[in-house]
Amino acid sequence: MNIALAIDDDVGLEAPLSASEAGPATKRVVVGFGFWIFLLSDIVMFAALFAAYAVLANATAGGPTGAQLFRQTSVAIETGCLLVSSYTCGLMSLAIGSRRYAATYFAALVTFVLGAAFVVLEVREFAGMIAIGAGPQRSAFLSAFFTLVGCHGLHVTAGLIWLAVMMAQVAIKGFPGTVERRLLCFTLFWHALDIVWVWLFTVVYLMGVIA
Amino acid sequence: MTDTQYDRAPGDALALPDVEQGTTSGVLVYTIGLALAIVLTAMSFWVANTSLLWSGGISLGLTVLAIAQMGVHLVFFLHVTTGPDNTNNVMALAFGVLIVVLVVVGSLLIMADLNHNMMPAAELMNLQMQR
Repeated sequence: MNIALAIDDDVGLEAPLSASEAGPATKRVVVGFGFWIFLLSDIVMFAALFAAYAVLANATAGGPTGAQLFRQTSVAIETGCLLVSSYTCGLMSLAIGSRRYAATYFAALVTFVLGAAFVVLEVREFAGMIAIGAGPQRSAFLSAFFTLVGCHGLHVTAGLIWLAVMMAQVAIKGFPGTVERRLLCFTLFWHALDIVWVWLFTVVYLMGVIA
Repeated sequence: MTDTQYDRAPGDALALPDVEQGTTSGVLVYTIGLALAIVLTAMSFWVANTSLLWSGGISLGLTVLAIAQMGVHLVFFLHVTTGPDNTNNVMALAFGVLIVVLVVVGSLLIMADLNHNMMPAAELMNLQMQR
């Protein structure tokens, strides 16, 4: 390897060192990669719930089917809320990168409001289903439905709490390295939840309506 | 020495100093991603509700649209690239996708196979009655 480097120097090539030769990665890379691994394991858990739902989707035990229960307009609004909040979350990460406080707060506020609107719509949908006797105890299909969609809803709720805590940290501490890394992890989390929702509305709601 | 090349943190568009310079292009990337995602989402809802398409192929079409939208999110929102500084992120992602596919497709295959092998109740009766 040294020989190769020496030859490079002779030729005058000033190629940047490869990642393995550059020494330990920065803390931001290590933290981000660790959280990336966590997110992938979280998505594997969602895959198990998706598999359970897909297997049980037709096990309605004589109860209501997805086609009778799901309201597509409400699902479309929820999808729009989460998609735009993912977009504003990305804009927030840009504002953090250039240390603009007002833009960060504003983007975080829009992200929070859209995420909260998503959760409220989902809770109303759940409450309406339980009110007409289509609760999780009605059939295997509904058990799997409430587990899968409810798990995603809990993740979004946790993300909202996390976002509020992070904005408090920005207000008090500013943008030191620790806060910046936590915000990086939050944006990763929020975008990953949107990817899970893409599969949710496709597999649960849209395929449930056509079946 | 020349500048060293570290891995890129997942979710980072570029190394941080570049992001500070290029906020406008960063906004453009997110906006393109949003526009593509909206188009794909709208297409999914249309495909699920239209009667123009052959009903047997709609599930497959929805799956393809979801995969495409996942790709849009990964590229435009999470900034996953094929660059050498992204190798670790992509390898972890590929492993995650492998496990997800194994869990979902494996479960569906096994359960469909079990259902197929389960004898219908009428035939079971015939067997017991020795007809």
